[in-house]
Amino acid sequence: MEKTAKILKKPITSTIIAIVCGFAVAAIVLAAAGYNPSAAFGALFSGIFSKPKYISNVIIKATPITLTALSVAFAYKVGLFNIGAEGQYIIGAVAANLVGYLCNFPPIIQIPLVVLSGVAAGALWGGIIGFLKAKFGIHEVLTSIMFNWIAFYISNWVVSSARFHEPNSTAAYPVNPSSYTMLLPNWKTSDAGLAVLKGHKALREVLLKTDVNFGFVIAIAAAVFVWMLLYRSTKGYELRAVGLNRDAAEFAGISVNKNIIITMLIAGALSGLAASMVITGTDPHRISTLSAFENNGFNGLSVAFIAGSSPIGCIFAGLLFGGLLYGGQSIQANIGAPSEIINIMIGTIVFFVALTAVIPKLAVRLEKRGMHNAAK
Amino acid sequence: MLLNNLSLLIGNTFMYSAPLIFGALAGVISERSGVVNLGIEGMMTVGAFVGAAVGYFSGNAWVGFLLAGIAGGLFALLHAVASVTFKADQTISGIALNLIGPGLALFLCRLTFSGATMTQPVPHKLPKILGGAQRNIVAQNFNFDITVILAFAAMIVLWFVLYRTKWGLRIRSVGEHPAAADTLGINVNRTRYGCVITSGILAGLGGASMTLAVIQQFTPTAISGQGFIALAAVIFGKWTPQGAYGACLLFGFAQALSVFPGLAHTSIPPEILAMMPYILTIVVLILFVGRSVAPKSDGLPYEKGVR
Repeated sequence: MEKTAKILKKPITSTIIAIVCGFAVAAIVLAAAGYNPSAAFGALFSGIFSKPKYISNVIIKATPITLTALSVAFAYKVGLFNIGAEGQYIIGAVAANLVGYLCNFPPIIQIPLVVLSGVAAGALWGGIIGFLKAKFGIHEVLTSIMFNWIAFYISNWVVSSARFHEPNSTAAYPVNPSSYTMLLPNWKTSDAGLAVLKGHKALREVLLKTDVNFGFVIAIAAAVFVWMLLYRSTKGYELRAVGLNRDAAEFAGISVNKNIIITMLIAGALSGLAASMVITGTDPHRISTLSAFENNGFNGLSVAFIAGSSPIGCIFAGLLFGGLLYGGQSIQANIGAPSEIINIMIGTIVFFVALTAVIPKLAVRLEKRGMHNAAK
Repeated sequence: MLLNNLSLLIGNTFMYSAPLIFGALAGVISERSGVVNLGIEGMMTVGAFVGAAVGYFSGNAWVGFLLAGIAGGLFALLHAVASVTFKADQTISGIALNLIGPGLALFLCRLTFSGATMTQPVPHKLPKILGGAQRNIVAQNFNFDITVILAFAAMIVLWFVLYRTKWGLRIRSVGEHPAAADTLGINVNRTRYGCVITSGILAGLGGASMTLAVIQQFTPTAISGQGFIALAAVIFGKWTPQGAYGACLLFGFAQALSVFPGLAHTSIPPEILAMMPYILTIVVLILFVGRSVAPKSDGLPYEKGVR
């Protein structure tokens, strides 16, 4: 009994149960619609794992949402709901694109410059939200939604402006190749590179057919940074105190307002970093006219919640989400079931993540009952 | 000419605000009872699809409108189960609904409309208040969709219920201090269930007023962000029906301005015009509105016996 209770109390147990429930509900929906669930899941998994380039694409897809998830999870730990990750991502993409296009230094200077300009723009966008909350008490959800739309229109304005619009396209001019953060961008298409790769089939497929880049490494580093900041630093102690009880933190001499601004600056920087890695690391290396939100930030919300707002958990939840998004396309291609089943599945997983939060509480009750019985 | 332009602007403002108003009222009723509803977007999308699909197959827009409300209410039941019975994190549950709702709507759309992500146009939209097309341009611009009137009526009814009836007093007390309400014999859980389901019905109607009045069919972008704008309007309007209504009119005006032909040949880029309302909102908040304080127990699950 105690052993069961111990397992049930672990957060990972709830998450796994939620994922299983997500698959179960998706299976029921597919079966009800007249599709074979096992064929669908077969297509999903082979769409994720069957070729090296698929795995590479899943990781590429997971990169931005892992970083925006970190942005959301970090703010959530400080008691702030960063629904503005979407806007911070967009504005980061605009900044990275513009700086990468206007400047053309050697990569050693160019790459940090482009990446950091995206980070700075995201931080600014998040920081304003934090400032408005700290200074005027305006709800961060309200300002976040407004700033998402402002970023959306700024992006479209830049794309359509005479200075940056590439003729006969719906996009801005791409960044200069010196900004690229793919793995060996020049070598892999050179004669020497092609000669070496000839002997390595998997490596060749991954390098030449996908934009394999340094983004996910950066995302892992960012996750470790956020974890260290939250759990291994004095500042993190302050931040979590603000998240747990604002009044108590204030009473203990922690400046709540200052910490709110710092939190939103960092959260915005993480979302901006997500955009920088996409612009520098994946084709087409530029921003396009948006007709609707691309959900890089909004998906980060889901990833963060699947991860239970744990920074390290975001890496795995990001990969799961990226895998479902990417592999889900092959469900439609192979068995004809609408690919939206993936959205239903992800939504269900998130829903059950909310529901299964009750499990650790039940485990405590189970444990108490066990002790009670033992006492008898 | 001026009169024509002005009436066009006003007409479009009301047209675009109607779906937002339903969505915002959905947020108000849920949050006043203490349940944060971030799932308005998802609920509106479900309503938008059901409204258009039923409107198409039955040929009667009113049947579509009605069923959209019912579908929204049923969908909201998920949120109620999670946030009231399971005492789950309401933010997470709401976000989940925003994923499931559009997913389900598009999934069903592809199944019923042979793989297409949009429904066929409905044969008849919901009626306009003056009936068919008007010869006079001004009259035509003021020939509002019936949903504009319904949205106004819904705001009045919700205001009346919340502030002038015992039911409203109960809802508000449950949202502010559920433990105190409980000791007075009010069933906190049942009240919250009722409010969340009503919230879903309103959001569903909001979605349908998009696809049965503003446009004539369901498309993947029919509901794109309206639910979040509605959410912003709830906070902007300080969780009151009348405040949220006013905020929605501002956002509707914004949208009307961005499609206003009179501004097409000015030197201001259309994107800058389109973002003005959001900037204006922030300015208004800083200068006049200030601190927005949610109902005291908004977002907190109620557990008996816990102080």
